[in-house]
Amino acid sequence: MPEKLITEEKRVFMTGNEVCAWAAIAAGAQIMYGYPITPQNEIMHYWTRLAPKHGLKFLQTEDELSAGFTTCGGVMAGLKAFTATAGPGNVLMQEPFSMAEAMRLPIVSIIQQRGGPSTATVIYSQQEVSLTTFGGNGEGLRIVYSTATHQELFDYTIKAFQVSWKYRFPTFVLGDGYQAKMRESLTIYDPEQKGIKFEPATKYVGQPGTPGVDREPGHYRNTYNVEEELYEVLQGYFADYAKMAEEVAEYQAFDTEDADVVVLSHGVVSRGAKEAVEMLRKEGKKVGYFRPITLRPLPEKQLKELAAKAKKLVIVESAQGQFAKLIKDVIFGATCEIVPFFKPGVGITTDEIYAKVNEVL
Amino acid sequence: MSVVQPAMPKSWRPESKPHKFCPGCGHGLVLKALGEAIDELGIQDRVVFGCDIGCSLLSWDFFNVDSVQTHHGRTTPVMTGIKRANPDLITIAYMGDGGGYAIGSQHLVNAAARNERITVILALNCVYAMTGGQMAPTTLPGMKAETAPYGRDVELTGAPTQGPEMVAAIAGEGAYVARGTTANLRQLKGYIKKALQNQMDGKGFSFVEALSACPTNWRTNAEKTWAFVEKEMPKYFKVGEKKVPGAEQKEGQ
Repeated sequence: MPEKLITEEKRVFMTGNEVCAWAAIAAGAQIMYGYPITPQNEIMHYWTRLAPKHGLKFLQTEDELSAGFTTCGGVMAGLKAFTATAGPGNVLMQEPFSMAEAMRLPIVSIIQQRGGPSTATVIYSQQEVSLTTFGGNGEGLRIVYSTATHQELFDYTIKAFQVSWKYRFPTFVLGDGYQAKMRESLTIYDPEQKGIKFEPATKYVGQPGTPGVDREPGHYRNTYNVEEELYEVLQGYFADYAKMAEEVAEYQAFDTEDADVVVLSHGVVSRGAKEAVEMLRKEGKKVGYFRPITLRPLPEKQLKELAAKAKKLVIVESAQGQFAKLIKDVIFGATCEIVPFFKPGVGITTDEIYAKVNEVL
Repeated sequence: MSVVQPAMPKSWRPESKPHKFCPGCGHGLVLKALGEAIDELGIQDRVVFGCDIGCSLLSWDFFNVDSVQTHHGRTTPVMTGIKRANPDLITIAYMGDGGGYAIGSQHLVNAAARNERITVILALNCVYAMTGGQMAPTTLPGMKAETAPYGRDVELTGAPTQGPEMVAAIAGEGAYVARGTTANLRQLKGYIKKALQNQMDGKGFSFVEALSACPTNWRTNAEKTWAFVEKEMPKYFKVGEKKVPGAEQKEGQ
């Protein structure tokens, strides 16, 4: 029996990518299929250093398509499998991610966003929101957690392995280059000691017995002969997704009750947004803070309430409105004003958000 | 009077027969050889069968074995992922020449180079069949296809891909590579059995190409179809074993 990676709660100081590798092992991940792309490489580096000591496996594939499809294979064979990618790699992985949606495969992927379109920058961005939530041909039947801190990278990577196997939708941890590369303190823990329960991995293929003799064969496909057949299958998926969405959607908010202006953001930008709102509140200004943690599914009820109450929503993101589109879709019909504050591919500071909100108050 | 039923491999799934391939298609023959090989090796309980999009997808429920139908050219990585996760399973990636030599060639090349312990069986019919008979990497020089209506010009489009020769050149020690034909099913079954045995022995990558027919897109009758498979195709695609673990390379068998 290989020794446990984390035996007790401990404060550590790590890069975000290292956090992801540790969290994946803590969550019981058994195999990683990966392909290098900046800024997520170190997830693979740490995994390959830690994995052999804990009886875990790794395969470096020939490209991202292969990394995504081998991850699908790993899950079908009954292992908790995951991958990680960014930017153009995320584009290529939409093909296997779509298959995972079609076959209800609980694959976990960590996305550390970089600039776009195309190769762009390798450092930082929030421009993979549309791609990660709705990329691929299909309806975006996915779970996407957008993290803001290293603690969240740890917590939500663990959670990704929990919910993906519970609900059987592909699950993403959406970080960014800043989170991937910077070092920050956090508390790591053994999820078991916290009472976190994981669904066991089940085999899609290779169950005991001879197919056709002792059991039915598992026949998995993503091609349907007629439109009605696909329609029927999808109705079941949509129903499962809607039921799951209520249980899975998460958010953080404060000071929204009496706020005239609410600042909306996600991921690492929320750190600046939070601080700016706190500063404005201290000055007695009626400003609130709201941050969806799940970008897919969104906390729809809370967003609708927010839009009904506030006069203005300031939407702050390091992209040209990808996050704003998701919000606008949910609050359609609301009469509050939407104030965009978009800086695609660039970091946003507390001072900038503070100044913007002051300007529109 | 008793009715004589043709013998079906035991691993075939009777519920999905008659199969969905066009009359005269070579897939049924290749899958028969594969079915008999599975029976004779007694591995029905641990085979995982994977197929591409394209005509090969019609085999998604062909066998009483666990099966995964995936995307164009991606069957190789899916079977690799399964094998890496559970090495006790016998994984078979089944595809056409489009899936293996065009869109999926990168996966085929790298799986061979890594000597993945999987078996790839590729049906070669010189065209993209499911999409309506466009030119494939394996369309013969001068052969007409929807996107080569005046015949394939090798000056413009290159020469037909020699798959087994390529795989034999890059696969590592312990790999098994052969080219069979639906015109000689006994031999083809022998190659497929060896390819599966090679995986069972954990020696290395195994690959069998099967010369196969597409009378629909070739627009040939039975006689011309067989003439093409038996006489024209082997002129370019030499039948025989290309790489055998622990043996000298044998050709032209």
